[in-house]
Amino acid sequence: MSPETETLLHTPLHAEHSALGARLVPFAGWEMSVQYAGIVEEHRVVREASGMFDVSHMGRFEVRGPEAGRFLRYLCTWDVASLEPGAGHYAAACREDGGILDDVYVFRLEDERWLIVVNAANAPKMLGWMASHVARFDARLVDRHRSTAMIAVQGPDALARLDAVVGAQFVRSLKPRRCGETDWNGQVLFASRTGYTGEDGLELVIDGRGGPALWRALLDADVRPCGLGARDTLRLEAALLLYGNDIDEATNPFEVGLDWVVTLDDGADFLGREALRRMAERGVGRQLVCLRALGRGIMRGGHAIRDGGLDVGVVTSGGFSPTLGVSIGLGVLPPALGEVGARLEVDVRGKPLPVEVVPRPFYKRPKKSKETNGQPA
Amino acid sequence: MVSPPELKYTTEHEWVRVEGDTGTIGITDYAQDQLGDIVFVELPAAGAAISSAQKFGEIESVKAVSELFAPVSGEVTEANSGLADSPEAVNDDPYGDGWMIKVRLSDVAELAKLLSADEYEAIIEAEDA
Repeated sequence: MSPETETLLHTPLHAEHSALGARLVPFAGWEMSVQYAGIVEEHRVVREASGMFDVSHMGRFEVRGPEAGRFLRYLCTWDVASLEPGAGHYAAACREDGGILDDVYVFRLEDERWLIVVNAANAPKMLGWMASHVARFDARLVDRHRSTAMIAVQGPDALARLDAVVGAQFVRSLKPRRCGETDWNGQVLFASRTGYTGEDGLELVIDGRGGPALWRALLDADVRPCGLGARDTLRLEAALLLYGNDIDEATNPFEVGLDWVVTLDDGADFLGREALRRMAERGVGRQLVCLRALGRGIMRGGHAIRDGGLDVGVVTSGGFSPTLGVSIGLGVLPPALGEVGARLEVDVRGKPLPVEVVPRPFYKRPKKSKETNGQPA
Repeated sequence: MVSPPELKYTTEHEWVRVEGDTGTIGITDYAQDQLGDIVFVELPAAGAAISSAQKFGEIESVKAVSELFAPVSGEVTEANSGLADSPEAVNDDPYGDGWMIKVRLSDVAELAKLLSADEYEAIIEAEDA
């Protein structure tokens, strides 16, 4: 085996994956499951029933103290200081020049206790970045990355399965983007009504020692194990961004449709604020679009988008959509060329693949009746 | 995993079944398992010439694209048109419905350079070790 496998990190659930016969691959310094039964089958399970993903590789940091909220507001583009306890929101963390350091999820657990979840590949960078800024605030960082396990349970049946495992009263108290903590098997279990698949569900965090028992309890409740392969096809159909592909430090939030996570009018100072204010005024030279193939062939990240024989943009993420049965991709184009309905070509290793710009996202889950949402508000 | 003993194999995980002067070509069960869900296969049309050890097509799984290498040289007489609509046949039946092309062999001496089923299995066991 390759020498780098010796140094790969293992999540608290690693032995569970091996026991299930998962195919393991290196990912962002961790050895992670790419698939169990097969990517397409796992994709369908999440769209039609419920599946779970070990996402313990995602960075998790608690921020505590009287100025924890002010610190996180300074770090993030969105006004996270407005969150009340039990609420969460997606945001970007930018450099002073507006380049995106990471896309993050921020939760307020209590008045003075917060959780920020960052991408696995960015966790060391974000820890350094946060550590360099936190000293100015009456707040401190607690790295929970290696000590906890994180499991995303997703799919139309996910909440019903979680009712049985975690407790219906708690599960049904969590509205979209809300979070809370409960006791599970004598341990604190964090849960948020969030995900990265386009389906309903919860993301759970528990002490690493309790992770395997929680994973097995979910397996016993007929939640199917799913790997990072299906996680990627699911997020692509939902047009959710992947850091390192669709966004990076050379990207600003306005170019990738993240205007909604930039708060410029709350008077608060935050990293990148001045640059982002100028960008908002100036407008963007490129924008993220959804592309759907009109022929056979698979577009992949890095392929050029062509119009009339000229390179006009690039596919940032591409692949096959199991739900639609064709290739789909995210890409960046000049705004004038990226209108919905525009027809272009993607250069698939020298062969032109006709594509159409389609509305975002590719897949949206069917609206469900109220009763599935649990107790009345 | 049992490799059919009547076929010849390459180290690139293709197989060829020889009947008279015609060779039928596909990829092995090991290859389809490694690739995962296959979603697109690009093959040469009838009449195209292929050369031993040269690329003759591409196969895309959900995860990645891979090249297909010809085990033998010859002229393509038929490509499996069923794979256009059902590329998953390569996963489900790699030695049957998942065949890719038929070629008229131009040099039967090439067959001697290919692997037997036993030799091929020894190679994949080493890859998995």
